[in-house]
Amino acid sequence: MRPATIWRVVGLVLLVAAAAVIPLAKNVTVTHVGVFVLLYVGSAVAWNIFSGFTGYISLGAAVFFGVGVYTVALLSKHLNLVGGVVFALYPVAGLVAAAVAVPFGLVALRVRRHTFVVVTIAVFFIFQLMAYNFSWTGGATGIFPPFLNWDPNTFDMPFYYTALLIAVGAAVLAWAIWGSRFGLQLRAIRDDEDRARGLGVKTMRVKLAAFVISGFIIGMLGGLYFYFQSEALPEYAFNPFFDLTIALMAFLGGFGTLSGPIFGALLLEPYLGYAQFQISNAYLSEAVLGALFLVVIILLPRGILPTAAEKLTAWRAAWERRSAAPAGAAVGPAGAGPPVDAANTSAAGTGAPGTGSAR
Amino acid sequence: MGTFLRAVADGVLEGGVYGLMAVGLTLIFGVLDIINIAQGIMVILGAYLSYVLWTHLHIDQFVGLLITVPAMFILGVAIQFLFIRPLRGRERTSMSLLACYAVAIIIEGVLYQRFGSNYVSYTTYWNSPRATLDIGGYYLPYIYLAGFALAVLLVVAIYWTLYRTQFGRSIRATMQDHTAARLVGIDVNRVAALTFGIGVAVTAVGGMVFGTLNAFNPNTGYDLISRLLAIVILGGLGSIGGALGASVLVITLASLVDVYWNPEWSTVVFYGAMVLVLVFRPQGLFGRKEARAQ
Repeated sequence: MRPATIWRVVGLVLLVAAAAVIPLAKNVTVTHVGVFVLLYVGSAVAWNIFSGFTGYISLGAAVFFGVGVYTVALLSKHLNLVGGVVFALYPVAGLVAAAVAVPFGLVALRVRRHTFVVVTIAVFFIFQLMAYNFSWTGGATGIFPPFLNWDPNTFDMPFYYTALLIAVGAAVLAWAIWGSRFGLQLRAIRDDEDRARGLGVKTMRVKLAAFVISGFIIGMLGGLYFYFQSEALPEYAFNPFFDLTIALMAFLGGFGTLSGPIFGALLLEPYLGYAQFQISNAYLSEAVLGALFLVVIILLPRGILPTAAEKLTAWRAAWERRSAAPAGAAVGPAGAGPPVDAANTSAAGTGAPGTGSAR
Repeated sequence: MGTFLRAVADGVLEGGVYGLMAVGLTLIFGVLDIINIAQGIMVILGAYLSYVLWTHLHIDQFVGLLITVPAMFILGVAIQFLFIRPLRGRERTSMSLLACYAVAIIIEGVLYQRFGSNYVSYTTYWNSPRATLDIGGYYLPYIYLAGFALAVLLVVAIYWTLYRTQFGRSIRATMQDHTAARLVGIDVNRVAALTFGIGVAVTAVGGMVFGTLNAFNPNTGYDLISRLLAIVILGGLGSIGGALGASVLVITLASLVDVYWNPEWSTVVFYGAMVLVLVFRPQGLFGRKEARAQ
């Protein structure tokens, strides 16, 4: 195995171990926030599988989330489901969200760049509007689940561990996709879609597949959200902040990288959860979130991890050059693989000198 | 038939105002290659500014434009200078969109903080019952006419600037080719900043008319931006005439749905039209193909 792979396995195992131990503290606030953290980790990773790998920025992920929420809500309402069967509904929510992703993707993926972003926003608003206006969604009053008479002290536990399972599954899936033929096709689309098509990549099919996969995962997390929060309300199920938050997380950690979205979500969501509890003024924390976003975009446009990796590589190259000045000609900066995955190999390899100095 | 004509008249008049806001959006897109997601909340900001000037200083909202338009212009130039200009690299376009989104939620947060989430509506001479024109039993409020006239005037002014002045020529040159424009000596950064300022300044006017006609709160910005986006996509991104035509068309359609079906579903008309157009004509109704083929 390459050192980078070993590092990743170790990092992932450590993270999962830490996450698995946290609920043992039996602190309700911690596990409650923990569920949200894991929910956002999973969503950001899933969002990144499509948007990060292909470069198509989607602000319509909340469509999948909301569809997941409402799928479970409607099922539970009509079948009056309580108990362990609740968790069997997640995959159903995921499948329905994936089914929605197909026509959504077929329309939206015909266009690129700005227009794509705008279309995803528009589709998002259509869904929110439908949730508000159809009678079977409960309208603005929403849907509430049948009462789960679980012990309030351990109520969060099953949600915590299922969210952990989905988040880890999403991360492993993202990793598997990254190096696969499919992942390479996605990244080829990100670099130059026309050329990728010229080389024989079935771009529409590949994009749609990634879109549907990310929809499936986010839909499952929406299903989890319904029983966990005990509500399906149009403004929270189809929440524009959800889109913005997971995008911010991915950009903060490193857009289009494997560990970036995880890192970003782990960094940001505890703050947001804390802000919700501690800063009673929701509007202030909203403005703070926006300001944070601007700072990240201006100062760390490629995210924390890629920037750190770049600095580390540059530093290491400089060090090697100094220590072995005469024989160091063969050791280029690209030869020393960074321990953390670089943002995208092409940008780090080819574009770095030009873009780096411009920043 | 009376209902029909009335719905059409309302639609055309209101469409003119939406057209003005959409022209700002599409102008910014054409020159800077970014979509100002914050346009919706800026319209609401403009509405609040006019409202504050009226309630605290009793300045008529049309006179108040002398203050709010320059204020919004300066805001636009500042945003471009601080947050849009520093963006570089190949993710620039996506980043600029997210930056605009961030600006939008900051403005939204500040507006909520200052004014709360209650809907605001205020009555001045312009939307009082006596300020109406009686056309054979159909009462047309002056504000509709004045708003429409102002919108048309401004769009004509923008057209004139674009096609008859040296500055307009440099804007159009920048729209066509940044590098070439720079080569012939155009200060592209200056053009970009001024264009962003103009595109934002029109929201002061749009917001004033919108705020006089409708009740609004900070959340209304989402409603507006989704309508405006649908309009500019329909008209073809970057096409000024397209933005005007599409807004009059779609607002009239929505106004008809409003009358004959249900006000709640009139918004669906926007999105339905947009999705249909994208499926059959991805460059928009009036857009040129190459504008979309980036």
